Amino acid sequence: MDDLNQNPKLGSADRPNSYIGRNVPRERAKKLLEGKGKYVDDILLPRMVHLSYVRSPLAHAKIKSINIENAKKIPGVLNIFTIDDIEKVCSPWQGVLGHLGEMRSPSQYPLAKDVVRWQGEPVAVVVANKRAVAEDASELVEIDYEDLDAQLDMETAMDKSTKVIHDDLGNNLFWTRTVNQGDVSEAFKQAHIVEEVTLDFARHTGVTLETRAIVADWDSSEERMTIYHNGQAPHMMQSIIAKHLNISEGLVRIISCDVGGSFGIKVHVYPDEMVTVAVSKLLKRPVKFVADRLESYSTDIHSRCHKISGKIGVDDKGKILAFEIDDLSGIGPFSVYPRTSAIETNQVLNLSAASYVVPNYKAKGTVVFQNKTPMCQYRAVGHPIAVAITEALVDKAANSLGIDRYEFRKRNLIPDNSYPTKTPSGVPLEDLSHQACIEKLKDMMNIPELEKYKKESLAIGKYKGFSIINMVEVTNPSPAFYGVGGAPISSQDGASIRLEGSGAVHISTSITEQGQGTEAVMQQIAADQLGVKVDTVRVTHGDTDATPYGGGTWASRGVGIGGEAVLKASRILKENILNIAAVIMQSEVNNLDVQDDHVIRKDGGEGISLKDLAQIVYYRGHELPPGTNAELIATASFSIEGVPFVFTNSAMGCLVDVDIDTGLTKIEKFWAVEDCGTQINPKLVEEQIRGGVVQGIGGALYEECIYDEMGNLTNGNMADYLVPMAYEMPDIIVDHVTTNSGRSILGAKGAGEAGTGGAPGAIMNAINDALIPLNTEVTSQPITPEKILKALGKI
Amino acid sequence: MSYSNNVKISMVINNENYDDLTVETRQHLGDFLRDLGFKGTHLGCEQGACGACNVLVDGESVRSCLMLAVQANGKNITTVEGLNSSEMEIVKDCFVKNNAMQCGFCSSGMLMTTYEIIKSKRKYSREEIREMISGNYCRCTGYQAIVDAVEDSLNKINVGT
Ligand code: FES
Ligand code: FES
Repeated sequence: MDDLNQNPKLGSADRPNSYIGRNVPRERAKKLLEGKGKYVDDILLPRMVHLSYVRSPLAHAKIKSINIENAKKIPGVLNIFTIDDIEKVCSPWQGVLGHLGEMRSPSQYPLAKDVVRWQGEPVAVVVANKRAVAEDASELVEIDYEDLDAQLDMETAMDKSTKVIHDDLGNNLFWTRTVNQGDVSEAFKQAHIVEEVTLDFARHTGVTLETRAIVADWDSSEERMTIYHNGQAPHMMQSIIAKHLNISEGLVRIISCDVGGSFGIKVHVYPDEMVTVAVSKLLKRPVKFVADRLESYSTDIHSRCHKISGKIGVDDKGKILAFEIDDLSGIGPFSVYPRTSAIETNQVLNLSAASYVVPNYKAKGTVVFQNKTPMCQYRAVGHPIAVAITEALVDKAANSLGIDRYEFRKRNLIPDNSYPTKTPSGVPLEDLSHQACIEKLKDMMNIPELEKYKKESLAIGKYKGFSIINMVEVTNPSPAFYGVGGAPISSQDGASIRLEGSGAVHISTSITEQGQGTEAVMQQIAADQLGVKVDTVRVTHGDTDATPYGGGTWASRGVGIGGEAVLKASRILKENILNIAAVIMQSEVNNLDVQDDHVIRKDGGEGISLKDLAQIVYYRGHELPPGTNAELIATASFSIEGVPFVFTNSAMGCLVDVDIDTGLTKIEKFWAVEDCGTQINPKLVEEQIRGGVVQGIGGALYEECIYDEMGNLTNGNMADYLVPMAYEMPDIIVDHVTTNSGRSILGAKGAGEAGTGGAPGAIMNAINDALIPLNTEVTSQPITPEKILKALGKI
Repeated sequence: MSYSNNVKISMVINNENYDDLTVETRQHLGDFLRDLGFKGTHLGCEQGACGACNVLVDGESVRSCLMLAVQANGKNITTVEGLNSSEMEIVKDCFVKNNAMQCGFCSSGMLMTTYEIIKSKRKYSREEIREMISGNYCRCTGYQAIVDAVEDSLNKINVGT
């Protein structure tokens, strides 16, 4: 086992089968491209029936009666269920965790019980032989509602006169937290300058191109529930479905095949998905539910929805003395199960000012209920808010002191040689490189050229601005994230690896794939560590029956945690192979190695192929001396110990043009320098960053779930809800600094969310830089043309 | 109560004749093709906005969610499963090399649009390529890799033009 602890030559180019750090094309890519992907809606099972939900058209109302008689008469309709039927087989749940102070969220039922609390909440479900028939019948389900006042505005949620959504709670507060480090008020008194700003962030959502989908198949002969689900965390779903449907956990199997994008949207428990499972149990046959696009907009979790005020105090030398924030967030009528809707605000409090040395820090977060779609964790949870408020204040301070924005940051960013340290909020930080990243970014951007370009443009009446920002990203979480609070969410992941009779290597991993390239990365790690060709390795994932137990893919943890498990398992298997080979080849183990699918002698003698070795073990074991430990399968697992998260850091910048006549912002360039430690496949890392940046641009400039004053979602379709399309997007230039995580042999941190976390702040600062000559600023995202024209006093 | 009538239609799909197929008049071509087993045609919005459902109808890229199956009667349809000319094989290789797909849900639609771009046998700037693929939504890639892949394909296919 000594080998396990040796420092590996990761990715050294002179070694055969060195795949760590290489842009190996994804094997699955071609299949996906040819339309051969297998998504949930592609699954057809004998006797399968289809669901359509009758959803609340109102934001808040009492259900007086439900009449299903006319709907039932439609030919092809099998059943129509309401909560009275469903609650017999599916128990309600509560989105609270125990480790973050008191959370107050009542039980949520799989279908609305007595009261509807957001437009889109499912009230009844129609089961039919075809989806279209189920939809026809849904329209004939008559529900009599009695309107209740809708509580929509998070800012008035706590007013005395505001309607309380859950009577038992007495008010609309879900959760609150404060952080207080040092003495902020004293520091503000000492400060040479104090700057303040308040920012607004609208609600937006994930808009995965493949909508949420589930097929539940209750097999009464085995009393087993098999579920095809386009989710991210199969073992979490297994545990939750077992618990709420009262099925023994081992008899629930979750299969996630290809998933058409997820971004955190598909990691939560949704009422309509739980009901699908319940219907399958009731009818004892396969049941399919695929959300349509309107259902996605009105029931996929929404994200953001914050109003945050911030204040920075700086001394006369340009050193930050204090930082204070106050964040308000609205989460819909329920905290989402099982991760809760407190985590985004919690991250805002943890991450604001986190890149800087800030001796005094105070933060308050308040999370309230609303009659809107439930809000929960989506890509870069809390980061865009924390980064935007921090970087807006830093720019303001630098500008007010007349210090160059880059220079101001250099003075205040945590020095690269000062780790381990802590964020101003007290969270441990290690292995970061803010100073190196921003230096690299400055050179990539060529700031003197940008200043010149700005000036020349201004002379001809064009308004250009650029930004330069820093951030940390939470990746590779430990149990501190969810498990400690009581959620059935594993922070450990496992890998099993075996050599097969054909000489092929098979890995199974508890990490799942939604397009990031999980399969490819795990293949690369295993091939590199074992000494085989990358196409010798096959990967199984996304099946609770076939993979080790683990958390799955979320919070940028796949490579850093699951990849480490693959590395460890591969090393054990290699050691076993070499020990067996030493017996067969009558050689010292030290004289052997594995290269290109062969055990070779380092001194040049004849080797043996892994296929031959495997066939001796499996088919002709009698050729081995009795008692040989001929174990060709190995398993290992990994979880982060000692710190709550493994942080990464990045620096980003962008150049924008603001058209002051139309209010349109054009992003001319975007740069990102990311430090995610060891990269297994740099191309895939860069594509994560680019895709992430573009989602961040969506939030910053376009995306918003718009509600009217009655609580109707007015733009729940892809024509009215604007998303980034190719034409408006810039090329994104990506580079890296590499500081390995000391928490694992692999040294990899996550990279999936930085772009989404950083881009909104970078864009807002660049726009405000462009607006300086006009003496105005924008503070509300999405930064639409209308908001820019308003800021300019033009409308 | 009857919401829809059935009619018989025929069409050619990926060079194969499909005769006397029964279809509900209200069913769109995308659903119809998927029901026939052409699962590579994906539905993202069923509203004409995302482009995931694009197929070729008589060689032109069409949103299959905006066309009724009955309107395709007598037409020649190509789905992604039939997009295998030597030029399209080059395009696919370029997409793989550039990792121009993550989840792959948008890819069949993107390939249909790319088919139209390369069909015109001329070179385009990146800006023009961005404009031409702007009818196809991709949530994963941020588009740059797709622009790279299309640019690469054009370089490989239309050398010198
Ligand atoms: S499904 Fe046809 S355009 Fe979106
Ligand atoms: S690759 Fe996922 S939508 Fe384009």
